[in-house]
Amino acid sequence: MTDKPSQKAPHVGLFATCLVDLFRPGVGFAAIKLLEDAGCTVSVPQSQTCCGQPAYNSGDRRDAAAIAKTVIAAFEAYDFVVVPSGSCGGTIKKHYPGLLGDDREWGARAEALSAKTHELISFLTDILGVAAVSARFDGSVTYHDSCSGLREMGIEAQPRALLETVDGLTIREMADADVCCGFGGTFCVKYPELSNAIVEKKTEAIAASGADTVLAGDLGCLMNMAGKLQRQGRPIKARHVAEVLAGMTDMPAIGESE
Amino acid sequence: MSGRETVLGKVRRALAVSGAEAERKAAVDERLANPVAGLIPERGQLEGAARVDLFCKMAEAVQAGVTRVASSDDVPEAIAKFLRQNNLPAEIRLGADDRLAGLPWEKTPNLTRKSGPSDGRDLTGVSHALGGVAETGTLVLHSGSDNPTTLNFLPDTHIVVVAADDIAGDYETVWQRIRTIFGKGVMPRTVNWVTGPSRSADIEQTLLLGAHGPRALQIIVIGGTA
Amino acid sequence: MRITAPAFKENAQNALTDLHLQRALEHVEAGFIHKRAKVVAALPEFDALRDAARDIKNHTLEHLDLYLEAYEKAATKAGGQVHWAETGGDARAIILDICRKAGAKTITKGKSMVSEEININDFLAENGIEPVETDLGEYIIQLRGEPPSHIIAPAVHLTKDQVEADFRRVHTHLDAARDLSESTSLLAEARGVLRDKFLAADVGMTGANFLVAETGTSVIVTNEGNGDLTQVLPRVHIVIASIEKVVPTLEDVSTLLRVLARSATGQDMTVYNTFSTGPRRPGDPDGPEEYHVVILDNGRTAMLGNEFHDMLRCIRCGACMNHCPVYHAIGGHAYGTPYVGPMGAVLAPALFGLDEAANLPNASTFCGRCESVCPMRIPLPKLLRHWREKEFERGLAPATQRWGLGVWAYFAQHPRLYRLSTRLAIGALGWLGKKKGRFRALPLAGGWTRHRDLPAPSSRTFIDQIRDREQ
Ligand code: SF4
Repeated sequence: MTDKPSQKAPHVGLFATCLVDLFRPGVGFAAIKLLEDAGCTVSVPQSQTCCGQPAYNSGDRRDAAAIAKTVIAAFEAYDFVVVPSGSCGGTIKKHYPGLLGDDREWGARAEALSAKTHELISFLTDILGVAAVSARFDGSVTYHDSCSGLREMGIEAQPRALLETVDGLTIREMADADVCCGFGGTFCVKYPELSNAIVEKKTEAIAASGADTVLAGDLGCLMNMAGKLQRQGRPIKARHVAEVLAGMTDMPAIGESE
Repeated sequence: MSGRETVLGKVRRALAVSGAEAERKAAVDERLANPVAGLIPERGQLEGAARVDLFCKMAEAVQAGVTRVASSDDVPEAIAKFLRQNNLPAEIRLGADDRLAGLPWEKTPNLTRKSGPSDGRDLTGVSHALGGVAETGTLVLHSGSDNPTTLNFLPDTHIVVVAADDIAGDYETVWQRIRTIFGKGVMPRTVNWVTGPSRSADIEQTLLLGAHGPRALQIIVIGGTA
Repeated sequence: MRITAPAFKENAQNALTDLHLQRALEHVEAGFIHKRAKVVAALPEFDALRDAARDIKNHTLEHLDLYLEAYEKAATKAGGQVHWAETGGDARAIILDICRKAGAKTITKGKSMVSEEININDFLAENGIEPVETDLGEYIIQLRGEPPSHIIAPAVHLTKDQVEADFRRVHTHLDAARDLSESTSLLAEARGVLRDKFLAADVGMTGANFLVAETGTSVIVTNEGNGDLTQVLPRVHIVIASIEKVVPTLEDVSTLLRVLARSATGQDMTVYNTFSTGPRRPGDPDGPEEYHVVILDNGRTAMLGNEFHDMLRCIRCGACMNHCPVYHAIGGHAYGTPYVGPMGAVLAPALFGLDEAANLPNASTFCGRCESVCPMRIPLPKLLRHWREKEFERGLAPATQRWGLGVWAYFAQHPRLYRLSTRLAIGALGWLGKKKGRFRALPLAGGWTRHRDLPAPSSRTFIDQIRDREQ
């Protein structure tokens, strides 16, 4: 743990996201490590499920609002809510207040939660002032800017800045890093052909970058890109950026076996 | 009920207004009576020679040709020279603009001048612009017998004379001038902003000049050098 | 045009396998995006201008009734004739009436999306009047009997070779041995053919990018000059414009034009911005003798003052579609409506009905790139989501989707049940997928695994692992 003598350690509630919970617990552990290294006390409320985005984006406002209330109740006691996803973080931060805005009490609680909710990497750099990590990764990476993280949460420079401080790592930017990977939550199963056409362009750009690993801050996009790369037989690995920053790359890459 | 009442009625129902609200009316009347310029980009706020230079630079950037002459006396020769250099016949069509009529055409005896609107077969038209706008290299022309609008579009080559003093930094200044000339709330039948020669990118996004309007736009700027 | 939005999925599938189209679509990405980025980077005030542009339209929409009245008054004073149309049918009748009175046989047309929206071409042709599109792109697609595939580049879905074939098929009066291998010769041919049409037309019809309330002026924006020849040569000029095109003053138009060209084509300014006020004046050597303006509602008032209000700020620049990954994948025709891309997906359900167009708001990843470039700062993803909400409320969403979501949402609100069920489900899946780390096929996940592998879930959830640790 780094020393922050004069301050009480900020108490962070980690919202792992349903995809991390089910598919890649390692991202959750990487997040805990990064947060603790930066001097936070981290709790993982057992009552968390999902942020409700699938319902919200499908037009099911009522269910989305009910889920939002569950999340608010589970997390409002912490100093900060940190999410290893720009997309789920964006739902809580940018959409809960509007979703519950008609209800005075819940609207206010949603605003309060929104104010202290952050995506993991930008929380480390922008709020905690972390400028470097102590990690090693021998390889070249390319970073995909996930849409919500980039456009709702303003995450672009932060992960790159921290990646620069990882020993042994080189960044090879891909073309159109800011273009959607075609995941889009339920979009990828509702319009599989369209989603496929979009992710094909993305894996093309990833391969052209010459990097051997693609990183991103959102597990949904990563599963999409990893799944496509593997189906195409490309030997490029996919990992959540937190795994690399936490130096936890001994676990298999996404979709790889042990 | 007429279409007019139906449409306006729907607008009012949607906005939950009656149309008689004094406050709303006052806001609209004020805005229309005293038009206020919005944000003017810095590049539109240059003065003097720098402004004229920017006008020329921006016009050239959009494939217009620019000839700068010291005084209006030099214009006929500049036109004749341009036509010669581009292997164009020494024949132009122009309107009844006094500024053009007053030029020393005797200096270019071989140059044939025709007047009146174009019938679509002229190769070169000459107009005098009301002004220019430096921020984008835009010419401002207006309709009337002086400078018929058809001349701006039908001939293959359009030569436009503009006085450096009439080149403004921004569009808003030109609107003010038009209000001064024609009266408040009154517009000439047509005002054309022209920024470069006609073009199209409709085939495979490849830029080609001379779609329907002129293939070449040559601007002659009188004065304005530092 | 015929609305084929209900067949969006089939349309999209066809588009994905159309090689000509896919080749043509590469030009959208290369052409528009970089040019826009370049001019925007060169103008430090661009984002502030976007705010100003948004504010102008917001103010105008709040006072729309009054600005329309002011516009009408000024246009009438300048000798123009203003007509009001509640529906597309009303507008068609008004236009036909003007054409009949003018004894029109042919009418030249400048590019106008509203005229596509109200299907005026077919209607005029049925009534014995030949409509001639004069924008090069519009002319090409008219020859092909196709609708536009982009609001500012209607023929962007075609390659040069296809255009050449069409010109050879239609321009049979020209030498069959002529060389049309270069784009320049195609352009020259169209210019020549259309020049005669311009000079012969009885009526010219244009749209309007803006109507100026202060002066009763209509504004068109073109690069070709076709709109100008359309309106200055014939005896009668008809402008068709929808209600939200009105803005207060010439200063306001100037601000909007500063963001329009940059967003649309990546030009600092479009070549021709033409401000027209009334018919030919005494002493004018040219210009139309009659100047008509048809103001159209056609569903716009149903967006005013509610959750779709912001959409009425749209100035039809096309930046949203130029930056849309879905548009890049399938082009415009798949949308099956005149308005395509993100803006089309918001407009179409309002103009043609949600039953017709429900697919369109769903076919978005919500990547937000459209909103990030929209000069009018229209929150397009939010508006698309509103349509999904309407669809959900009305029970239009497919039953499987509603049912699946309902079950899932129930679990998500009941953490203990959620834990239990996820533990069971992924326990089994995780065990199955452990060896390879992923699945190539999985029942119920066909939408995913048809095109990509699915990473195997963890055999124990993160939350459970945390609980184990804490105990
Ligand atoms: S929605 Fe915005 S980006 Fe799209 S066409 Fe309209 S103004 Fe342009």
